Amino acid sequence: MSLKLSQQLYDELRAHGEETYPHECCGIMLGKTSDEGLHVAALVRAGNTRTDSAHNRYHIAPQELIKAQREGRKAGYDIVGFYHSHPDHPAQWSPTDFAEAHWFGCSYVITAVEKGAAKITNSFLLTGKGEDDKAFEPQTIAVE
Amino acid sequence: MTINIPTPLRAYTDKKESVSVEGTTVTEGLAALVAAHPAMQQHLFTPEGKLRSFVNVYLNDDDVRYLPAKEETAVSATDELTIIPSIAGGCCR
Repeated sequence: MSLKLSQQLYDELRAHGEETYPHECCGIMLGKTSDEGLHVAALVRAGNTRTDSAHNRYHIAPQELIKAQREGRKAGYDIVGFYHSHPDHPAQWSPTDFAEAHWFGCSYVITAVEKGAAKITNSFLLTGKGEDDKAFEPQTIAVE
Repeated sequence: MTINIPTPLRAYTDKKESVSVEGTTVTEGLAALVAAHPAMQQHLFTPEGKLRSFVNVYLNDDDVRYLPAKEETAVSATDELTIIPSIAGGCCR
C-alpha cells in the first residue's frame, strides 16, 4: 500500500522541516484510504509541544488532532498519517517513534533535514492490530 | 452521547466514524461502547482496566483527565466524546 500525494504537498511537508530546523517539525495528513493506498489531500501543520527538547522530540497536542479530524470530516477526509522531521539524523524511524506510534493503518513520514536542507523523505506504514504485534513497514511514496 | 472514533480504531466499530451510546458519565459511555464493540476493550484499556496512557478522551473540547471528576464526569445526550490516540516521537533516544 503506497502513500500518494501531489508534488506540491510533498514539497510542502519537506519545506516545513527546513523552516523549523534545528527543531523537529510535525504535521497531520488528511485524505482517503483505498485499496490502492493512502491518498493525501491536505496537510495540517502542527505545533511541536515538546519545547523542552524540540531538536529531537515531537508531540502534537490532542486538541490539534481533534480540530484536524473535525475539519477533515467536513471535506470528506480522515487522518491518514503524520509527518515529522529528523534534524541531522537519518529518515528512519527511531525507537521513540516506534514506541509512540499508535495509529494503525496510518503513514508516518519522516524527512531527514541536514544542516537546514531537506534530504531523504521516507514513509512507514504502521501495521498490526495492537501494541503486541505492531510494526513499521517501509512504504513507497508516489508523488503525482 | 456520541463517541467519535479515530481512524485506527474503526476496524473495531464496523468502520463507523462515530457511535451513539447511552450513559450518564464518561465511564458509562465508554462501557457502553465496549459492550457494543467488545474488541475496543483491549485497545482502550489496560488488562487492569485503566485507560491506556496513549489514549486521550475528550469530552467536547476538554481532556477528561483534567476534569475535576475525570471519567466520572456527568454527560448529557448532546455531548460528544472523542477518542484520540497520542502522536509523538523523535529522532533519537
